[in-house]
Amino acid sequence: MTTTLLLQVVVSGLLLGAVYALFSSGLSLIWGMMNVVNFAHGEFVMLGMYTAVVVWTALGGGPWASVPIAAILIATLGVLAYFLLVRHIMRGPMLAQILGTFGLALFLRYGALWVFGANFKTLPDDLVGHSFILGGIRFEGSRVLAGVVGLVVTVLLHLLLTRTSIGSRMLAVSEDATAAQLMGIRPQRMQALAWALAGAATGIAGALIATFFYTSPTVGETLAIVAFVTVALGGFGSVMGALVAGLLIGVVESLSAFLIGPVYKDVIVYAAFVLVLWFRPQGLMGTN
Amino acid sequence: MVELSRRAVTIGAASAAFAFARNAAAEEVVKIGVLYPLSGNAASAGNYAKMAVELGADIVNKGDPELAKLMPVAKGGGLAGLKGAKVELVVADNQGTPAAGQNQTLRLITQEKVVAMLGCYQSGITQTASAVAEKYGIPFLTPESTAADLTDRGFKWFFRTTPIATNFAKAYSDFLEEQKAAGRKVGSIAIVYENTEYGKSTSTAIADLFVKEGRNVTMKVSYSANSTDVQPQVLQLKEKNPDVVIFVSYTSDAILYTKTMKSLNWKPEIMMADAAGFNDPAYVKSMGPEAEGLISRSAFAPGKPGSIAAICDALYRKKSGGGGLEDGSARALQGFLALVDALNRAGSTDPAKIQAALKATDMKADQMVAGYNGVKFDDKGQNTLGSSLLIQMRNGEYVPVWPKVKATADVVLPYKGWTK
Repeated sequence: MTTTLLLQVVVSGLLLGAVYALFSSGLSLIWGMMNVVNFAHGEFVMLGMYTAVVVWTALGGGPWASVPIAAILIATLGVLAYFLLVRHIMRGPMLAQILGTFGLALFLRYGALWVFGANFKTLPDDLVGHSFILGGIRFEGSRVLAGVVGLVVTVLLHLLLTRTSIGSRMLAVSEDATAAQLMGIRPQRMQALAWALAGAATGIAGALIATFFYTSPTVGETLAIVAFVTVALGGFGSVMGALVAGLLIGVVESLSAFLIGPVYKDVIVYAAFVLVLWFRPQGLMGTN
Repeated sequence: MVELSRRAVTIGAASAAFAFARNAAAEEVVKIGVLYPLSGNAASAGNYAKMAVELGADIVNKGDPELAKLMPVAKGGGLAGLKGAKVELVVADNQGTPAAGQNQTLRLITQEKVVAMLGCYQSGITQTASAVAEKYGIPFLTPESTAADLTDRGFKWFFRTTPIATNFAKAYSDFLEEQKAAGRKVGSIAIVYENTEYGKSTSTAIADLFVKEGRNVTMKVSYSANSTDVQPQVLQLKEKNPDVVIFVSYTSDAILYTKTMKSLNWKPEIMMADAAGFNDPAYVKSMGPEAEGLISRSAFAPGKPGSIAAICDALYRKKSGGGGLEDGSARALQGFLALVDALNRAGSTDPAKIQAALKATDMKADQMVAGYNGVKFDDKGQNTLGSSLLIQMRNGEYVPVWPKVKATADVVLPYKGWTK
């Protein structure tokens, strides 16, 4: 086995990991801001993917058109989900929250099945640009774009939460909504904003993933499980944690699939996951 | 929107059927349970199969003047052997999981009181679903599940019309022998398979026969279906660089493999697929131009104008509003027609009589929609007259290329893959 090939495996893993981080950041944000697990997250990604497919088939537009449209659409969906569903179920027991967003997931999944049909859709792979070779290693344009945007979105979200007054207000609401309200912050407005941001990040993720993955009504199921593991590993609510965890999972998955065998990769990824949580139950970068 | 209106019609029809159920006693119906993946990752293939079975029911209930000249059951007005009873399909979704397949079968048998079962596409689901039918003594016919051991379980109520993995393995081996004689490199062979019942048993059948016939299987790559990423597998292939790769995969993975092989720029001399995902019309439509020269198998060739296959193909095109019959839908329709043939001869909805009629099935080659030599079951319930041909992707469409007698075009190798 050559070094170049091994490097190719690592690079593939890193790019995959950056994509995992990209579609996990929205989930992480909601979790951190509101202590609500959005079980419909995979379906949000799926709808972002369909946005890219529709934008391309109807308007012939690539990611430059579909990414902003998906960001706006899924952000709107996030805000709607917050005001029409989440705001109400948050007052109920934990089980209601779980079942509420899970119900939303099923509604969106089967809604997509109804509207778009069961067929798999794909976008032409030269929509972003052909793959290129650098130092003997192949980079696929669409994956590089998704990976880079993944990094940028994650860092921007992180900066927004830690360096701006809006971020401080959102964090204040997440720590103690009543106290924040006494300070003149409107909790519902902040929480709706969190859903809008998470939706936008998820929409961007979906539109970019659609450029190299297949799109189908059930694709959310396939992707969501990775998002949950990424967020738990990174630390609940830590956007940067999701980035580190995403990259880690991507590389471990690629290396183990290549060196040991693809059928064993999940075992190894989840074993590593359990091991990390054993020593750091709050996740890699979480704070209790 | 076609999808939407079709579903709306289905829902409308279902509720209408429900409303009529009470006073339907006068008009006899025969209920057949139809179990396919209508959601989950094999949903597109499942929906095509369902459409084919619905076409079959239309043929029996409403008839078709052209088809009636060739096929006794196509006269319309239901099943003659059952005093004109209409066939009613009770369609259920196996959701792509063996557990749902089992539960739905139980529901169809105990609550819907179906007299026979048809399904389930995925071998792993047919395995659990047919076990329930066996327990309740209801005939279960699978038109398309190919895992060899399904008919090795000693079941008395299980029937299968499709040829099975060992038949395909023989076809692949003979095909490669011909290519070797023609000067192609076939010295090293890799088999890449998903690790449920279908992939495991099919890859084993192929590997066993290949080894017996002196072919060099250098790699067996097993992976979990519905992967988020297949780059490592393709890099493994790139490292070992086998001459021939045979994929045993469902649609989602088939798409990922085809895309990833292009992005990592690797292709073998000969690329083959064991139908399944690679034959899904959704795959052919989206990935056809990226897989030029791909060899797959099929049970269907459109045949001469005026033949049963050609007429059914035209009817199916009308129903689907687009693509014609292909491997999956043709086998589903064939399975349904074999079941209906038995029901008609049984002259009763008693499961034991239907079972006896199935055992006595003797359909001739000229009665086939799929390209079989007929339908005749052995003691295990396996059709002994099934046969298949190899097809090749040419300009985004499959054409029959092997064996010569059924071919409409010559084999063109090496595998070309992406065309731009």
